[in-house]
Amino acid sequence: MLRLPGGNPRTPRHLISAADLTRDDAVLILDTAEEMARVADRPIKKLPTLRGRTVVNLFFEDSTRTRISFEAAAKRLSADVINFSAKGSSVSKGESLKDTAMTLEAMGADAVVIRHGASGAPYRLATSGWIDGAVVNAGDGTHEHPTQALLDAFTMRRRLVGADAGIGKDLEGRRITIVGDILHSRVARSNVHLLTTLGAHVTLVAPPTLVPVGVEQWPCDVSYGLDEVLPKSDAVMMLRVQRERMNAAYFPTEREYSRRYGLDGLRMARMPEHAIVMHPGPMVRGMEITAEVADSDRCTAVEQVANGVSTRMAVLYLLLGGSETALPSAARTEENK
Amino acid sequence: MDAQHDHTGNAARPVLEAPDIARVLTRIAHEIVERAKGADDVVLLGIPTRGVFLARRLAGKLEEITGRKTPVGSLDITMYRDDLRMRPARALARTEIPGEGIEGRLVVLVDDVLFSGRTIRAALDALGDIGRPRAVQLAVLVDRGHRELPIRADYVGKNLPTSLRETVRVQLAEEDGRDAVLLGLQQTVPAGEQ
Repeated sequence: MLRLPGGNPRTPRHLISAADLTRDDAVLILDTAEEMARVADRPIKKLPTLRGRTVVNLFFEDSTRTRISFEAAAKRLSADVINFSAKGSSVSKGESLKDTAMTLEAMGADAVVIRHGASGAPYRLATSGWIDGAVVNAGDGTHEHPTQALLDAFTMRRRLVGADAGIGKDLEGRRITIVGDILHSRVARSNVHLLTTLGAHVTLVAPPTLVPVGVEQWPCDVSYGLDEVLPKSDAVMMLRVQRERMNAAYFPTEREYSRRYGLDGLRMARMPEHAIVMHPGPMVRGMEITAEVADSDRCTAVEQVANGVSTRMAVLYLLLGGSETALPSAARTEENK
Repeated sequence: MDAQHDHTGNAARPVLEAPDIARVLTRIAHEIVERAKGADDVVLLGIPTRGVFLARRLAGKLEEITGRKTPVGSLDITMYRDDLRMRPARALARTEIPGEGIEGRLVVLVDDVLFSGRTIRAALDALGDIGRPRAVQLAVLVDRGHRELPIRADYVGKNLPTSLRETVRVQLAEEDGRDAVLLGLQQTVPAGEQ
């Protein structure tokens, strides 16, 4: 368990970026999530651990699945949950992030789960001194979405190593392929960092227009052709093309994109037998993934949703469960920037 | 080996050695069979870490006596502790409820050392979220006294009157490479029930 030196018992810790997690941090979260997953099988799916703590879901961007996943996770740990969405709130009347944060602080939030359209907003919130509570990044702009990467790693470890056999283990030597709109994807960025930390080898596959500038400095390979990568993949993660973030034409037609970068039954047959297909959702059937693949046993999209609750329970428990958390400090986050 | 030095540098004196522990577990197994009138519906749940090994050993002894397999599992109580906020968040241990469940059965909780009783209080809360046993009993290898809650053990391997300045450490072959119960001295605050 990670305990940082000089930690004042009241110092809150945050989860801002998957890049802040060491291999041991990540494995601790995955192991904790494995125990949390067992709570879902019990008649009473609730633990008293965070009784009396308040978790605020502060969502400046629309998101149903991430918000309800965090809400379910906090409620299963008996925390009180306050949902704050920017639409129809004081934010639409022109309130700044600072004033919103100080309002939440005055209400006694022990943790703020924040989703924001601007990259860096969770970092600002965590390091500004506006609030005392822990900050969990639930997706910021095109920067990061660390809990999504954690739940993806959890799903991979369960499927590729085994639920019981995986305890204490990482993803050493596994080959993971991430396909699609890398440019706009915070999921891809968080996954590249986390999976590399866990010992996996990541290959990004996308049309050149959807690969971010500076990708050569990421710890991964980049390929423009899906077919040659598939036979060497243990897991293939399909990403949605984020039309809402696109203000230019990144590819000629949807049909052409789908032909070159979509996963259909024929392509899936070229993957190794044990390999899985992942999708963070929401899926656009017929675009990046065909219905045949989405409905097959090898597609873990639904499992990922269930695993998301277990993983977020683990993160909330490790951040809020003790006097000081078992996860990285703000100081460390700063050093890595 | 008469004395061994623990991490604080103090001499720790063994009060139970491997043969004593084996004898004590055999006696507890017989007591369980006697009190449960055949131990038909007994489920053994060990509290991690060392309680789980003790529960497995007891299950083996019960099988020798009754000729039947006794369901054995583990119950992690970390999430139910009342001192969670006094220490950093801890890693969780495994909770493994046997397939038969605990509904309507006689659950025997197994732990290594009974001290303040707070661990057992947490275990009772955890059990309540899993099911409703017919009855719950408690078996411990060592009862060192100093209860802070109205809790007592049904089966005790050895009553060990201690002062709060003393430490009791249980070593089991599965975890520590040898079987022993060690009594030592601590300069600062008394350790928990580890």
